[in-house]
Amino acid sequence: MTMTANRAPARTEPASPIKRTNPIRFVILAALLALLLIVIAPLLIIAINAVKSPADYAGGGPLSLPPHLYWDGIVDFWNRVNFGQKLWNSFITSLVVAVLGVALSILNAYALGIGKVKGRIWFLVFFLVANLLPQEVLVYPLYFLSKEVHLYDSLIAIVIIFTVIQAAFGTYLLTSVYQEFPAELLDAADVDGAGKWRTLWSVVVPVSRPTLGVLFTFFFIWTWNEFFLPLVFLVSNDNQTVPVALGVLQGDRLMDATMTSASGLIGILPAMIFFLVFQRTLTRGITAGAIK
Amino acid sequence: MRRKGYWVFLIPGVLASVLVIVVPLVMTVYTSFTKWNGVGEQRWIGFDNYTRLFEDSLFWSSFGNIVLLILAMAVVPTLLGLFLAAVLFDYVAKKFGDRWASFFRSGFYLPQIIPVAVTGILWGWILHPEYGALNRILDTVGLGSLAHNWLGEPGSALYSVMGIMIWVQLGYPIVMFMAGLQRVDPELYEAADLDGASWWQRFRKITVYLIRPEFYVVLVTTTISALKIFGPIFVLTGGGPSNATLVPSYFAYKNFFEKAQVGYGSAISTVLTVLIILLSIVFLRLQNRSVNR
Repeated sequence: MTMTANRAPARTEPASPIKRTNPIRFVILAALLALLLIVIAPLLIIAINAVKSPADYAGGGPLSLPPHLYWDGIVDFWNRVNFGQKLWNSFITSLVVAVLGVALSILNAYALGIGKVKGRIWFLVFFLVANLLPQEVLVYPLYFLSKEVHLYDSLIAIVIIFTVIQAAFGTYLLTSVYQEFPAELLDAADVDGAGKWRTLWSVVVPVSRPTLGVLFTFFFIWTWNEFFLPLVFLVSNDNQTVPVALGVLQGDRLMDATMTSASGLIGILPAMIFFLVFQRTLTRGITAGAIK
Repeated sequence: MRRKGYWVFLIPGVLASVLVIVVPLVMTVYTSFTKWNGVGEQRWIGFDNYTRLFEDSLFWSSFGNIVLLILAMAVVPTLLGLFLAAVLFDYVAKKFGDRWASFFRSGFYLPQIIPVAVTGILWGWILHPEYGALNRILDTVGLGSLAHNWLGEPGSALYSVMGIMIWVQLGYPIVMFMAGLQRVDPELYEAADLDGASWWQRFRKITVYLIRPEFYVVLVTTTISALKIFGPIFVLTGGGPSNATLVPSYFAYKNFFEKAQVGYGSAISTVLTVLIILLSIVFLRLQNRSVNR
């Protein structure tokens, strides 16, 4: 803490002579650290109990540090729910949705933002409303229709549905970006005799790659975390995604305290990995929707 | 240069949206005027589902619960997040360095990235009446009399869910507001300093005023996600105990898939949808007016 205090002047304003001695700043820092501890405490408690043996848990309770690391809870849980399969299901669904969702958003936004097709305001309103709709209002017909075409309990149905839902948001965001697309670049492509497809793939897509990266990240994480529709659609064990598998195990009588926290920990880990991998795009992206 | 003939690019997107969104939406609205168990014949009954809905005390209590959840998911996180974002941006970043500010921001954002099913496991475990960590902590510090079946008693279940949802939501406004503050000209703050403005005055007159666009976006999106809430209720309480935490989307889900009252479930989701769209229109209006002023 003292080390970082020395680094402070980098961005401080010139005036304000009291800053060097003011003890309030450490009170504020301590208060923030306390609040942060409260926020991450649940994660820490889950982590220490996930690697604790049931015997140590019975002896020391939930707050004691494990005397030795115990991996059996995690391994048992992994094998019991065939967790590798759930990870693969979640991964492949999220990846395909992210790729197709970005592609569909590009096509829509190209027509609306750059092509400025007639009635584009109404298309935009449509995509905005589609994005706001609660999934409850779509779920039963989708369930019914997917049974009719034999796509019920299949990852394909989930991929199709989420591609469209995510692309509704993507279209809305990307259109506002493409509206500002530099006209000189498009004109230059026209002069070079590039057709609409060539212009799209060799000019528009490369230039907007940062935004597309943000969309990809969002779609991937959102699809990974989706719960409601996968819960309804993916009923058989082999098709479940990670959130569904963990959600339906809640309240299972066979789960003891340590195994439950083991399941929580291995549910958190993939999300943490994505967070670390995507952190920079993510913070950029969360704000991308805000400022039009 | 005029650009023509781009409508071709809309074909796949529009076809897919009609299939996945328009057709199901129309079907649900139609179904809400029928009596149907999902397999047999669908019988037109006019507004019967809606009159039944408005006389159903469960429906009203589910909306009452939503009001409290809007408080926990939209109002409290937005206000608390606004304050914390200002402290981090305008105090911590300046006195301790940017690194501390982004460290805190990432920490507070952490609950947002956890899948909802895992949030359920996490808190279900911490609040568990027998082996839960919270009751053990209370015991240890001598407050054992406060120990509780937090999610299992009608008196405390909804408040427990509210607390959990504040925990989940807090990071989102902080990240949004801190990003919005990047737009603020630092000279404004310096000028305010020279004029002898206190931190609180600067917070009210500069910070709050300048990030109104983000403020509205956060308020709208969090309110809408409160109206749609399903996952946390499903994994934490299942709407119970004795419907104390019932919400409209879970109420609809139960009618669809547990009671096979598809018509009634459709009426619930139609009302919810209308409410969400109306609310979005009102909020967007307010937002435009305040931004253009």
